[in-house]
Amino acid sequence: MAIIEARNLTYTYPYAESPAFKDVTLRVERGEFILLTGPSGCGKTTLCRCFNGLIPHFYGGKLEGEITVAGLRTTEHPIHEIAQHVGLVFQTPENQLFALTIEKDVAFGLENLGLPRDEMRRRVDWALKVTGIYDLKDRAPYEVSGGQQQRVAIASILAMQPEVIVLDEPTSFLDPLSARNILEVINRLNKELGITIILVEHRLDLAARYANRVIVMNEGQIILDGEPRKVFLENEAALIGVGIPKVVRLYMLLKRAGLNISRVPLSPEELSKSIMEELIFDRG
Amino acid sequence: MIEVKDVYFTYPNGTEALKGVSLQITNGEFVAIMGQNGAGKTTLVKHFNGLLKPTMGKVLVDEVDTRHVSVATLSRKVGFVFQNPDHQLFSETVEDEISFALKNFGFDEKKIRERVDWALNILDLTRYRKTSPFMLSGGERKRLALASVLAWDPKILILDEPTIGQDRNQKERLRQFILQMNHQGKTVVIVTHDIEFVAECEPRVVLMANGKIVADGAARNVLTDPDLISRSWLILPEITNVLLNLNDLGFPTNVMDVYEARDLIIERIGWARK
Repeated sequence: MAIIEARNLTYTYPYAESPAFKDVTLRVERGEFILLTGPSGCGKTTLCRCFNGLIPHFYGGKLEGEITVAGLRTTEHPIHEIAQHVGLVFQTPENQLFALTIEKDVAFGLENLGLPRDEMRRRVDWALKVTGIYDLKDRAPYEVSGGQQQRVAIASILAMQPEVIVLDEPTSFLDPLSARNILEVINRLNKELGITIILVEHRLDLAARYANRVIVMNEGQIILDGEPRKVFLENEAALIGVGIPKVVRLYMLLKRAGLNISRVPLSPEELSKSIMEELIFDRG
Repeated sequence: MIEVKDVYFTYPNGTEALKGVSLQITNGEFVAIMGQNGAGKTTLVKHFNGLLKPTMGKVLVDEVDTRHVSVATLSRKVGFVFQNPDHQLFSETVEDEISFALKNFGFDEKKIRERVDWALNILDLTRYRKTSPFMLSGGERKRLALASVLAWDPKILILDEPTIGQDRNQKERLRQFILQMNHQGKTVVIVTHDIEFVAECEPRVVLMANGKIVADGAARNVLTDPDLISRSWLILPEITNVLLNLNDLGFPTNVMDVYEARDLIIERIGWARK
């Protein structure tokens, strides 16, 4: 069942001369983990803003075509209503943090939902723990590092337990290990709780292994859409600007040099294993 | 030249961000300061232009103690590009943003026009000349912040997490650009945890953890040391990782480049087939 359905969607910012994206048709099934990527300025962030109604309610401008999220036409429902179904984590966390303590920031959305106190406490603690910031809960959001702020932003969305979480480069500010931990958390939300994930990322090396589908945008249009290994294998040229993971590039180079590895690797471990098998097979 | 002499720094809230850091960066060097979030990287480089003054120890920029000069004076020499561009952007148009500091530094009209055109061009922002900075994407704002610092041509360039939000092409352009600046004699210091980017640039790497420097050396030596990397809470470059997993088969463990890895693997397989 589709949780997001966009048909012939075109959007132009106020005073902009040309649309940020045009004629986008997209169907996202419930439970998918989508990696949305493309060069800077390709329209991916703008598209994400349509998923929770920020476009057109907050940004204004001209939205043409149709978009339905969790059964709601976003043009006809206010942002706070859509926000109960779709959580959006932004590129720069501090734009969405404002409370005096991290704990209050994470609780804010829940207070607005009018949840019972126990349930609120349980969800806030849980969200703080899975994002690894429980010990920081009494600190002010502006006191902690950029990476920790992003975790606060993610925790406050997690606490809402939405059906869809859209994350716009959530790991940009994180060091690699924290980035991997956050992606693991996002992956668990998807695999264990069935939350639909739309992840905007440039770092395909870290993120590709979790996704069941990669969507590549360029100049306001979707140019590629499919299973990661298939997309990487068949569209090398189109992906040069996107930055396919280095293990995939090494795989391509080895293949071109005559080495026959059957599976496109999505992690260093997968590639090492394939090379090892090739060597052992040859010896035998 | 930047000399950091046994510097300690404690924030007003009591956080000890630097615990005895000594470091020397000579003119024309290209240095990457790496480490996990909270390791003290940004705190350290904020000492280079006097934004922060040591709690103990001292920092000298061209032999001048940073405690004795204003940030404005130091800025002419040390250009600092912040991690979050929104901390430094405020003008109505991209063009105004770039010319602002130039006006403050007293450049004449003609020079300002030249420098603005140059900076717009080199960072691929010319088409946004009259656009509001806030209409730009995150990656574009980041480039604008860099353009507005580069415009006054500081001798030392400090880039705090320059690759954040940049796509593959822009990273490659940034790499070329940094190497070019460095080649022309500028000192470039980047603060980053983008291992793959550093693996491609191969600068001198200063690795920090818990407010201290834990390693200082060539990228190829520092980034491929599994023990150092795990102690600093980073992760190994992808290619290093591929070959490290094959260490039992005799592959070297200090490789970061895809082409070098390909040649080694092909050679090894050719040998196995004989």
